[in-house]
Amino acid sequence: MELVVRRPEGLYCPPGDFFIDPWRPVERAVITHAHGDHARPGNGHYLASEASRAVLAARLPGIRLDTLAYGERVVHGGVGLSLHPAGHVLGSAQVRIEHQGIVWVVSGDYKLAPDPTCAPFEPLRCTTFVTESTFGLPVYRWPDPARVVGDIASWWRRNAEANRTSVLYGYAFGKAQRIACELAAADALGIGPLACHGAMLALCAAYRAAGVPVPEIQHASELARDTLRRALVLAPPSAAGTPWLRRFGDASDAFASGWMQIRGARRRRALDRGFPLSDHADWPALNAAIEATGATRVVVTHGQVVPMVRWLAERGFDADAFATEFADEGEPEASPATDVDAA
Amino acid sequence: MEAFARLYADLDETTSTRDKLAALVRYFASAPADDAAWAVYFLAGGRPRQPVPPKLLRSVAIDVAGLPEWLFDECHLAVGDFAETLAHVLPPPVSRTDAGLAQWMTERVLPLRGMPSAALAVRLRAYWQELDWQGRFLFGKLCSGGFRVGVSRLLVTRALAQMAQLDRKLVTERLVGYTVTEHVPTADDFRALLAPASGDERSGGRPYPFFLAQTLTAPVETLGDAGAWLVEWKWDGIRAQLVRRKGVTHVWSRGEDLVTERFPELRTVGDALPAGTVLDGEIVAVRGDDVASFATLATRIGRKRVSSRLTAESPVAFVAYDLLESGGEDLRARPLAERRERLAALVADVGHSPLRLSPLVHAATWREYATLRDESRTRGVEGFVLKRADAPYGVGRTGNAWWKWKIDPMSVDAVLVYAQRGHGRRASLYTDYTFAVWDARGGEPALLPFAKAYSGLTDDETVEVDRIVRRTTREKFGPVRSVAPTLVFEIAFEGIQRSSRHKAGVAVRFPRILRWRRDKPVAEADTLETLQALLR
Repeated sequence: MELVVRRPEGLYCPPGDFFIDPWRPVERAVITHAHGDHARPGNGHYLASEASRAVLAARLPGIRLDTLAYGERVVHGGVGLSLHPAGHVLGSAQVRIEHQGIVWVVSGDYKLAPDPTCAPFEPLRCTTFVTESTFGLPVYRWPDPARVVGDIASWWRRNAEANRTSVLYGYAFGKAQRIACELAAADALGIGPLACHGAMLALCAAYRAAGVPVPEIQHASELARDTLRRALVLAPPSAAGTPWLRRFGDASDAFASGWMQIRGARRRRALDRGFPLSDHADWPALNAAIEATGATRVVVTHGQVVPMVRWLAERGFDADAFATEFADEGEPEASPATDVDAA
Repeated sequence: MEAFARLYADLDETTSTRDKLAALVRYFASAPADDAAWAVYFLAGGRPRQPVPPKLLRSVAIDVAGLPEWLFDECHLAVGDFAETLAHVLPPPVSRTDAGLAQWMTERVLPLRGMPSAALAVRLRAYWQELDWQGRFLFGKLCSGGFRVGVSRLLVTRALAQMAQLDRKLVTERLVGYTVTEHVPTADDFRALLAPASGDERSGGRPYPFFLAQTLTAPVETLGDAGAWLVEWKWDGIRAQLVRRKGVTHVWSRGEDLVTERFPELRTVGDALPAGTVLDGEIVAVRGDDVASFATLATRIGRKRVSSRLTAESPVAFVAYDLLESGGEDLRARPLAERRERLAALVADVGHSPLRLSPLVHAATWREYATLRDESRTRGVEGFVLKRADAPYGVGRTGNAWWKWKIDPMSVDAVLVYAQRGHGRRASLYTDYTFAVWDARGGEPALLPFAKAYSGLTDDETVEVDRIVRRTTREKFGPVRSVAPTLVFEIAFEGIQRSSRHKAGVAVRFPRILRWRRDKPVAEADTLETLQALLR
């Protein structure tokens, strides 16, 4: 039995009569996480994880939102529904659907690497696994995040010593808070002040409201010029090339994203540095996660869909794809400009 | 290799020239001379003969990575660079090595050339096990022969000059010939680059650094009185210097490759010259007294071994336009008018047919020159080169003494019909396009592809076109997509010839995108007839 099908509005669970991350307005939407391509405005009712309440409220004010604690189970139309940590960003969840002894899990976006700002990915057993594949090619193998954070810190330190502002691009929701927390954990905050683009302040506050200890980050526009020279400024990728950057003068710029694993992606943006720090599973993690579900059927939703389906099929899985409208076709160009996908 | 890998990373990770220069100086100052000798070779553009056939490199890598072939190809498409793809997909290293760049090159990489494939595969596997990501990436580059990094030869020259406190021009001269394919650089070579200046720098068969003309974009009248200029046709051939010293002849192309072997006719020219002579000029294909098309010359360029049949079928000549050295004396500081005069006398003396003098074109005013310039296409030249009569011979593309005054390129408005992903910086963007014109020969007008071009758009435009390509894709064939015709571009090219190998029946030379014609509907793009009218 098909517990999830694709409808024009989005991924739909027929026996439960609800949608998961719909791209067009529907009556009942289960939301895996608060990134713009998964949580869109205009739905009648929203159901999401309790951990995502603060960020969802900040991004979609005024919605009718019910939440579930991770692992808490509700029954709706004979369908057992529960949300489980996906490790992607604060509040991100896998949706587990159980009906007549069959279990489907919809992953949303996920990663297996540790992240101080969210609960770790929980492996779930299921018969069918609906998975993302943003970085579903063997070239995407992340280095140890601790090493990447160390690289970010040394880059910042060298710039500060040369009296040069460090501008680090990363997605406003998820990546920025993770970097701030990782730098704090690495004891790197003594290098200089931590600042950010105004667009990120509200989300940092939402994180703190949800109990995540995001260190103090100042509004970059409020720092004195000479203090700025030693600062690390977190900025959304959409700020690149805007007049807002001019205030930093001779700054060094970098981008923290899984796309930075590929030299061409960094060189195309003419960035000084690229730090491969991703909130998505890399190739080995995608494969490990899929194996661990014990599922015999796998449906791929977005990212490197074609190669992943073929790869899985060759390995004996019953694999196919849902054509979704989640951000990116696995192409670096699509995501940063729109700032919706936390690559 | 680790020190060189760090240098590569430093150069790769900054877009600032100042930082790149600092990284180069740091490396040259600390690296062992034999390693530094190789670093200069590669950074200045040297490419040894491909040590490992790419097919073999690929198949061994696929095997070691444990990937299906199609998945490796997907990876290559996403990354856009073969050596980088290798570095990403190979399993992590198990040990490390202290071998420096020179040791890697002489003991490991160069001996791979010509090795039986089974032995080669064993070596590759062993080397990969010792290299981290950066090391593998570089090793892949060294093995496939291609090596490009974001520094210019000029920047390397600056770094060496700064380090050794030498005049940059002197280092430039010493670097000439350094990057010849056959050259195996040694520690002594590196020391010689940095040695204090001595009186006797001009030894061996080294050419002088080429003086290059800049493209004239301002109105020609801004150059002042036409009488102060010597005007020549701009030959469509290979820029070269003919060096005759100590009884030996060398022919150097502008890329500073030694091409003597490829043009035996020119060796005989050199052999007829007095000792201590250096000529600057153009190698062109000839038909009787006329200069033949570049296409004819192209049949000679790729050939390393030249048969007497080939030299008979596609003979070449050296069209001389400057005399840089005579009787062992460097004439470059003398005014051009004097050099030309001595050159004319020399050419007349030698009286050897493959040596010709590039004639001066005489007119009283720029207006008259402009009229003469219109003959360029029928003469098979690209326009004029304007040289100030009283100027010395410079270095590189500097000063304002030599200008290219080219004829305006031909252009048509064409429709984008296929797009292919780019490489390197443009990997995963659709940046290589095929363009078509309307062909009504079969009744209903259809789009007929005639040219491929991949340059001419700004980065923003490239990204925009990429999006449209994705949205309007009709079919995918591997890395290529056919798209619905919605985009019109003005395509410029330097020449057009009949061609039976092209579907359109014509082949264009140096096609490039002049601009995006957002204003032009697809139906109003140019036709095959327009193209054919340019043939003549």
